[in-house]
Amino acid sequence: MAVIRDMMPAFDLFQPTTTDEALGLLSEHGESAWVLAGGLDTYDWFKDRVKRPTAVVDLGGVEELHEIRSLPEGLAIGAMAKLTEVVRHPEVKQSYQLLSDAAALVASPQIRNQGTLGGNLGQDTRCWYYRDGWNCYRAGGNICYADTPTAMNREHCILGASRCVAVNPSDTAPALIALDAQFEIRNGSGTRTVSAEEFFVGPAVDIERMTVLEAGDLLTTIQLSPKWAGARFYFEKSRDRAVWDFALASVASAAVVTNGVVEDIRIAVNGVAPTPLRLRAAEDLVRGQSMNNDLAKRAGEAAVEGVRPLAHNGYKVALLRNLVTRSVRGGEA
Amino acid sequence: MADYKLIGKNYTPQDLVAKVTGRAKYAEDFRAEGMLFAKLLSSPMPHARIRSIDTSVAEAIPGVEAILTADDLPPVEAPNEAGLTNEPMYEGEPILAVAAVDEATAADAIEAIQIDFEPLPFSVDPLESLRPGGPNARLDGNTISGREITTIKWDNVDWDAIDRGEALPTDAPVTDEWELGNVEAGLDEADLVLDETLFHQSMGHQPLETRTSMAYWQNGKCHLYTSTQSTARTHGAAARGIGIAPEDLVLVSEYCGGGFGSKIAGSVQMRIPALLSQKAGKPVMMRITRQEEHAIGRARPGLQGRVKIGFRSDGRITAMDFFFVQDGGPYGRSTDFMNAVDQASLMYQPLSHRLRGISMYTNTPPRSAQRAPGGLQIVSMLAPVMQKAAKQLGLDPLEVIRINAPEGQAKMGRPQDGVQGHCSSAFVKEALDKGAEVFDWQAMRAKSGQRNGSKITGVGVALSSFNAGAAGMDGLLTIRPDGKVYIQQGIGNLGTESVFDTARGAMEALKTDWEQAEVVWGNTSKHLPWSSVQAGSMTTHAHTRANYAAGEDAVRKLREVAARALGGSPGDYDVENGWVFRRGNRSSGLSFAQAAQQAIELGGKYDGHELPEDINSMTVNSATALAGLGLMGVAKDNYQTGGRVISHCIGFAEVEVDVETGAIRLADYRVSTDCGTILNPRGLEGQLHGGGIQGFSAALGQKWIYDRRWGLQVTKRFYSNRPPTLLDVPHTDSMQWVAHNEADPFNPLGAKGIGEAAEGAGSGAVLCAIADAIGDGYFNRTPVMSDMILAKVENLPAAVGTLTAHA
Repeated sequence: MAVIRDMMPAFDLFQPTTTDEALGLLSEHGESAWVLAGGLDTYDWFKDRVKRPTAVVDLGGVEELHEIRSLPEGLAIGAMAKLTEVVRHPEVKQSYQLLSDAAALVASPQIRNQGTLGGNLGQDTRCWYYRDGWNCYRAGGNICYADTPTAMNREHCILGASRCVAVNPSDTAPALIALDAQFEIRNGSGTRTVSAEEFFVGPAVDIERMTVLEAGDLLTTIQLSPKWAGARFYFEKSRDRAVWDFALASVASAAVVTNGVVEDIRIAVNGVAPTPLRLRAAEDLVRGQSMNNDLAKRAGEAAVEGVRPLAHNGYKVALLRNLVTRSVRGGEA
Repeated sequence: MADYKLIGKNYTPQDLVAKVTGRAKYAEDFRAEGMLFAKLLSSPMPHARIRSIDTSVAEAIPGVEAILTADDLPPVEAPNEAGLTNEPMYEGEPILAVAAVDEATAADAIEAIQIDFEPLPFSVDPLESLRPGGPNARLDGNTISGREITTIKWDNVDWDAIDRGEALPTDAPVTDEWELGNVEAGLDEADLVLDETLFHQSMGHQPLETRTSMAYWQNGKCHLYTSTQSTARTHGAAARGIGIAPEDLVLVSEYCGGGFGSKIAGSVQMRIPALLSQKAGKPVMMRITRQEEHAIGRARPGLQGRVKIGFRSDGRITAMDFFFVQDGGPYGRSTDFMNAVDQASLMYQPLSHRLRGISMYTNTPPRSAQRAPGGLQIVSMLAPVMQKAAKQLGLDPLEVIRINAPEGQAKMGRPQDGVQGHCSSAFVKEALDKGAEVFDWQAMRAKSGQRNGSKITGVGVALSSFNAGAAGMDGLLTIRPDGKVYIQQGIGNLGTESVFDTARGAMEALKTDWEQAEVVWGNTSKHLPWSSVQAGSMTTHAHTRANYAAGEDAVRKLREVAARALGGSPGDYDVENGWVFRRGNRSSGLSFAQAAQQAIELGGKYDGHELPEDINSMTVNSATALAGLGLMGVAKDNYQTGGRVISHCIGFAEVEVDVETGAIRLADYRVSTDCGTILNPRGLEGQLHGGGIQGFSAALGQKWIYDRRWGLQVTKRFYSNRPPTLLDVPHTDSMQWVAHNEADPFNPLGAKGIGEAAEGAGSGAVLCAIADAIGDGYFNRTPVMSDMILAKVENLPAAVGTLTAHA
């Protein structure tokens, strides 16, 4: 069979208007169903004819999934909320600026107007071999093309590889891990909640997906707890272009600092491993300590312990170290 | 400075409203009754031979109407390409095309085709092909010498040194060489010799509009709607490609969404819908997708090089010794590496220079001219070397540019019959001084090395010169009884507005308001004159000349017509504001409408029934078709020429480099130019900054990455090959520009082109600024990206060798 790209094949499109209706469709079509949110990840796959589901369930018409609601237990953001809406939402800006900052750096203004928070979290990796249809581990094959002697892996991982060396590309994921967000997942048999940290799955667990979501599952709500509201936040994304670029590495931190002492802190990074990573060692090192440059530097060093850079991404070690240092320090040197 | 009516003034070009309202029709916007859509089956391999193709299942799909293969095409001679092939020589090369009722059906049909490939040896790195035993990109050789495809291997060289990226062996076999003066002696007498190994990446053209075409046949003629830079020069090329006589082709291309040299005479693939349409008996639209465009849309040749430059202690260059290996793609023959040295010989006026070079075939996308072909590469490679020399000599980099800068009809280029040519004008020192003053170079320099937290400021300056004109084309206009001046333009509407800017040359000769002009362009059924290609920054110079010549011819005829009608001699009459009138008595005269009527009644040369003998046959045909419609101005441009027409830009850049993240922020960019007389200030600004931004792209991020094991590219999307975005351009304040604005002596309006010189200024200045920011930040390699900065700051080994291609 000859290969052709850039031409979307036909599929059955379903446009439910309620979450229950969407869940029913997902149950009905099982493995052959595809959840469509903003389409920024989806349509690339479809146009390249690499992923070819037969039933596409478009969540665009499910109003309840677009809502951002203020609740006593925090803020509940519908998975279909547009990134632009998340960036601009007054309560996000006021209490959870970290998420606003991260979402504001996703891709481009046009993509943020179309892309959703749930889509940004659930998106697939951008490993250029995998995306181009190479039959790698992640695609069901038996090799990682990005980890061979000739492989080009400037943008791949330095930590957490397990056969596959692709990285998670989400900008909002580390912010939500730092905020200790809870993700509500529904399927035909009920609702479950997982922490942001647990939502992401590495290749050692399942090499063919990036999250805990299985066929029939729907990420419906992202819940932010008041515990970290108004904390001292830091987000930074390193990329080659000023817009429309995935992170070479990113860092998000939330810290409660009283009288110069770090009472509590959560630090997460992305772009360096197959999943966004929470940096517990660095957090432990910093927690309870007086904030100073040396502490920040040591946190950075702790972040890169155990790194295994590939042929072309040794720079990411320094990048990760420096970003984590900055996140603890609260800015540049 | 002459007192012009139109030249040097802003105006609204005729196509602007259509463009901003979406009314403009590009190739993809046309429709024809019963139109089919074509899709391409492209090679998944870098080099292969097709053993068999089975289209039976595809042809049985309802809605599939015709399949065109390489066997259906008129043959072409190696090393040229046919558009479809049975021996694909790069990933993405089209093999066959399917026409069906819609694109979805055509794509499904392509997936149903069984095709059996025999993989063949491939090479994606020119140096690998030169290695003894290394693969050749083509079965018939790995390089071209003159017109002969041949094989050259470097048997007796130090390959370990090459692999370490240390140096290329300048005595290795090459195909092209010349020497002017005594380079060895020049290097011997120098106070400082820099010996640098350098690399410049290959870059796709990536125009916004892909090379889409639609074609149908009617009454024996092929009507082709295509995306092309030129019109008159595309017509013949398209007809040849389809295998018909030019008079059997109607070519329509009123708008073109960019080409940058990749669509000079259209594209080789525009024959596909024409021949598919012939086969299917229905119109065929072939929309080219972004990924297809990335493969077939041409690219700038990369260069691997070594340069030795000798400097006197005052910065004057005694000798330049160039050695280049060019990445030539699989087809044709690019001459960028030679153009590069032509321009270097002009910009730096070395007392002696030498080139030894070779262009290697590779299994990567086909190459063609790209905005300043060779010019961009040489400025990107040498501007930082000039800066390095300045630092080592304790000089201001601007002074090193200045002491070597060309003046007047400065000598330039490779020797022809042993003699070096020269340019028509160079006011580089004037433009340099103006830029330094207006932009306050000394204040910029004072910022060099300033540290703000982890961010360090660097500044850079670079001179970039490139071709800016041609001569000897034809101008054709008619003044009609409606009082309007119809100016026929055979150049294309590439987006630079030169199709309108140069028409103003005719109206300047007629000293008449622009509102009285009607520009006719973009459709060969509208009788267009012989014109230059819309490329090489030629049209501004070439067609101000040609249109001014047609305008002067019209002025002569208006005077004669008036003298015949109103008495006196032609010399008693002046032309201005749509009238020809007796000097000193404005009440005695003819309006253009009246004069047009008189000319039609007089016939002969006045209304185009008699034509000059020296105009091109295409112009003869067009003028003959227009004869009798009014007073005709028609002439070949026979104005004096004065050497190669060259324009010059000097870019000034300020960057901020974050040594903790490697991030490079371009804080400011300013440019000064010598491009002769300014024709259209807004258009000039667009070219200066548009070219500059394309230069930023070359310096800061746009590149291909190939997996050498498979010979396949992994960066086919804009998000992975990274052309710059709006936010990568300084945007807090407008980027400034100034022009010296002195007439080129060899153009009746003083005009020179500008599109190409602008690009190197952007790239060179930015690369110098980066190097300046991080002290010894000479990577000798483009583009410079954050990973390279961090590796340098952290003293990590470079992940990619200096000479490694496509990494």
